[in-house]
Amino acid sequence: MADYDDIPTLKDNIDRATVDSVLALDVDKYKYGFETDIESDMAPKGLSEDTVRFISAKKNEPEWMLEWRLEAYRRFLTMTEPSWAKVHYPQIDLQDMYYYAAPKSSPAPKSLDEVDPALIAMYDKLGVPLREREILAGVERPNVAVDAVMDSVSVVTTFREELSKVGIIFCSISEAIREYPELVQKYLASVVPVSDNYYATLNSAVFTDGSFVYIPKGVRCPMELSTYFRINEKKTGQFERTLIIAEADSYVSYLEGCTAPMRDENQLHAAVVELVALDNAEIKYSTVQNWYPGDKDGKGGIYNFVTKRGDCRGVNSKISWTQVETGSAITWKYPSCILRGDGSRGEFYSIAISNGYQQVDSGTKMIHLGKNTSSRIIAKGIAAGFSDNTYRGQVSAHAKAKNARNFTQCDSLLIGDKCGAHTVPYIESRNGTAVFEHEATTSKISDDQMFYCQQRGLNEEEAVALIVNGFVRDVLQHLPMEFMVETQKLISISLEGSVG
Amino acid sequence: MTTPILEIRNLHARIEDREILKGVNLIIPPGEVHAVMGRNGSGKSTLSYVLAGKEDYEITEGEVLLDGENLLEMEPAERAAAGLFLAFQYPIEIPGVATMTFLKAAMNAQRKARGEGELSTPDFMRAVKTAGTDLHIDTDMLKRPLNVGFSGGEKKRAEVLQMALLQPKMCILDETDSGLDIDALQVVSKGVNALRNAGRSMLVITHYQRLLNHIIPDVVHVFSDGKIVESGDKSLALQLEAKGYADFDNAAA
Repeated sequence: MADYDDIPTLKDNIDRATVDSVLALDVDKYKYGFETDIESDMAPKGLSEDTVRFISAKKNEPEWMLEWRLEAYRRFLTMTEPSWAKVHYPQIDLQDMYYYAAPKSSPAPKSLDEVDPALIAMYDKLGVPLREREILAGVERPNVAVDAVMDSVSVVTTFREELSKVGIIFCSISEAIREYPELVQKYLASVVPVSDNYYATLNSAVFTDGSFVYIPKGVRCPMELSTYFRINEKKTGQFERTLIIAEADSYVSYLEGCTAPMRDENQLHAAVVELVALDNAEIKYSTVQNWYPGDKDGKGGIYNFVTKRGDCRGVNSKISWTQVETGSAITWKYPSCILRGDGSRGEFYSIAISNGYQQVDSGTKMIHLGKNTSSRIIAKGIAAGFSDNTYRGQVSAHAKAKNARNFTQCDSLLIGDKCGAHTVPYIESRNGTAVFEHEATTSKISDDQMFYCQQRGLNEEEAVALIVNGFVRDVLQHLPMEFMVETQKLISISLEGSVG
Repeated sequence: MTTPILEIRNLHARIEDREILKGVNLIIPPGEVHAVMGRNGSGKSTLSYVLAGKEDYEITEGEVLLDGENLLEMEPAERAAAGLFLAFQYPIEIPGVATMTFLKAAMNAQRKARGEGELSTPDFMRAVKTAGTDLHIDTDMLKRPLNVGFSGGEKKRAEVLQMALLQPKMCILDETDSGLDIDALQVVSKGVNALRNAGRSMLVITHYQRLLNHIIPDVVHVFSDGKIVESGDKSLALQLEAKGYADFDNAAA
């Protein structure tokens, strides 16, 4: 008989987390919905060339950056909002919104001691580990360096010294534009062109901050890098811009978390994330998106229109996207991989949960350009309440992409009978050696499963959480440990009230 | 007189317009094992579902006490925490949930409901190891998702494992022998017998006498057309096996 002691402790942690999440069920449905009272410095309302100039000036940007932004703004004026996604919302009034809001504590803090204590307290509430010293003392999460972005500005980046010893640059994108212009000019918009799409172009004109990561050749980043985004100001759009460059033979794992206060008007979030992986480099990008989803009647919530794309530019490079989408009133997001380098690999693991009146249209694109490229997609959609949950994916093989391989698995789980799950795969191959596989299932939590779990002592919500956690297990396993625990809790919280 | 573990008084239940239980009376004192035998469709499984609280049934009359408490007022999970366990005839698959994870979630949910602290991981592991060994359940099986791809024998062994870990007062075994070959039947019966004690009662539902050679009952009841029509000692099971249910159908009419 096998020894029980050799069951990995990882699994114990998961079990414990499941129980913790069950215990945490009576917390407010959206526990991050607090507003922090911090004085802030805002741009005049509305979108105009002046707004763009204002942002650029606030950031002390060089002339080339301002020109780049203005060019994007002019392009934007010629574009119209896309309507192909299966999401419905009233016209967004871009003039009734602020494009820049910065917590007033300038000049930029040099260390945590100089940061407004109210800000630190806010991040504490969010569970974001900013307190370097405590972390260094080994208290918690010793392996995460954090860049915290509030509204439009990067507030503080931790562990920079430690990272710079191995040549890693981890800072805000504003700082990178000033300090590392040659890197920014070389790579910015090289994956997502300025005029790629409506929201990406808007972002290019008015992005205010975000994170910049540069991993030098041959370096394996010794810790997880993490950015926490939070929208705090009313009527503020958040337009962040993230750029990650992994030089040849390097590796980095990056985590992104998001929250926003509860408000009854909608707020726009339109981010652009670009990843570049050179020869044999690997980037693992994980997101837990928990923007405010709106109230139970569908009022308020974040409109999340995001462009995320990775370029496997070098041979045998690898980019892996893992996302857990539980928040936002509307999610429009397709983290994609361009498999340009021969032998490169793209992965997409996704859990998208919608409840209430949330609308999710999310998926990925795997564009096979190089020879012997491979990709894998595992998407799990869970729809509850009155929500709509769409997987939209594209897998394509260029004529030169000999022996391209893709495996796609899309599973949908419906809870209740007022929600919808939709799968829209686009598959195109221009050469005869490509092999693409697509599997899709749709299922419901059965009454028998519920009864069985309840007979064993789990109440309805505990039973749903357990069954859903089982449904998403294939994807959960790809999340870094920190996020795995958080995700299990999030799943329970976001499905609260979905039964009975 | 000691309180019976289970007391059913004049229980009537229907599904939609069809009455299935038509006045069941049954008292099971602590430590006793009662068998309910009857042909397919007589309402035996319905009795087990109604006791466990499955939603589909409407109780129209009667009452049920579990150790003196009103069972019918409780939610299914509360019944479980109060000590009622049903070993399913067809255990349900829970994809992606490792058996181990499920066991721990169930044990802790019941502990929580009773106001007890969570089980520590070493204590949990020890309990699973102890209970699993006799049932021939190894680590590999515990890592697999519950009941997914399990053989008939594995499913029933997993049910008995849950029963052993949850330590219920009242065990209902619904056709536990179905889908088992003779070897598996012995392992499962041995597991069930090991759980017999002075404080725990069992209701064994079956339509074959075969199971009762392994799990020897104190009392045998014959179930026909929604109620108990005859009760006796274990020899009643043999009598049934020899003569069939026909005589008792008349008694019910």
